[in-house]
Amino acid sequence: MSLVWVYAVQESGAGDAPQVSGVDGERPRIVGTERLGAVVGTVADDGFDEAGLAAAMEDLARIEMLVRAHHGVVAATAEDRTVAPVRLATVFRDDDAVVHMLRERGDAFCDVLDRIRERREWGVKVYVDGAAAGREPASEPGPAAAADRPGTSYLLRRRADRDRSAAVRASARAVADRVAGVAREHAVDVRRFAPQDARLSGRDQEIVLNATFLVDRAREQEFRDAVSAAGAGAVVEMTGPWPPFSFADEGQS
Amino acid sequence: MTSGGIPMPGRVARPAEHRVESTNLADILERVLDKGIVIAGDIRVNLLDIELLTIKIRLLVASVDKAREMGIDWWEHDPSLSSGERDVHEENRRLRQRIGELEADRTAQLDEPPPRKRAAAKRRAQPESDE
Repeated sequence: MSLVWVYAVQESGAGDAPQVSGVDGERPRIVGTERLGAVVGTVADDGFDEAGLAAAMEDLARIEMLVRAHHGVVAATAEDRTVAPVRLATVFRDDDAVVHMLRERGDAFCDVLDRIRERREWGVKVYVDGAAAGREPASEPGPAAAADRPGTSYLLRRRADRDRSAAVRASARAVADRVAGVAREHAVDVRRFAPQDARLSGRDQEIVLNATFLVDRAREQEFRDAVSAAGAGAVVEMTGPWPPFSFADEGQS
Repeated sequence: MTSGGIPMPGRVARPAEHRVESTNLADILERVLDKGIVIAGDIRVNLLDIELLTIKIRLLVASVDKAREMGIDWWEHDPSLSSGERDVHEENRRLRQRIGELEADRTAQLDEPPPRKRAAAKRRAQPESDE
């Protein structure tokens, strides 16, 4: 017994399945109708049925493996064609059920494919420069910080440090707004994400912008140049190109 | 046009397959975990959202920290135990019980320990690695 995992939907005749391993180590293949093709993989029913997937969601290492493999297949497919990424853990009993689904939802898939055609996703993050915010040497003691008043001197220094941190943070927010505005002008659409948790990202700098943009392929260089210029003087990180995962949901304008 | 040749800031351009591995988990999770076209498949599963996942990671890290404070960290040296979620409290309880048993054994054998039994106790003192 086996099940069928769906990675993405493409137009019929868009190309073969990519030569990469899927979520169960399987080689992906295409299941199609006259109009559309689904990139799918045959997976074992014991790891990918309801109980198996529920257990996987309790296991961080397994979640990571599934997420990376799912993304890997979608990204490899998106290299040379337009594909609509399908949400993680979309599993059918067999190929017939996938074909039925493609027929039933055909118009909606075509709308999504039209919206993301020749477009890819770029992530843009802006961080507060931790070095400037916290590790700069303390300011020169002012006139009130006489040597005979070490307590006052200490408090003044602390206040100056705090003010400087607040100023650095405020300026990072201003840069974040500017970067987001400029990026949006060069993009088709935008989604904002919640700030990343340091435990997941491995970065200890405070994040002030975490957004992702849908960009025309023809305008990617322009987009990246504009974001770099707008972010001058701040810690800006761009990631991509990503398959348009964040823009593939239906019911969007 | 392919994407593999586009240089990224602070990142070496690589073929798509490898570029995925070089991307941080947070970036992948926030896109892949709960994005993409929603299709009602035959198998129903409740996906975590990234916030819930972060909470789970916090809990996991917190329980590991607590166990480490108690001096129990041997699983960190055993690759088969270093990933995934483990109930360290249960592990802790089990280990304490085993130490208690071993100490009781030794006390009982202190007068004239038969060599065979001592060797057996020594073997049992090695923590199991396959659970």
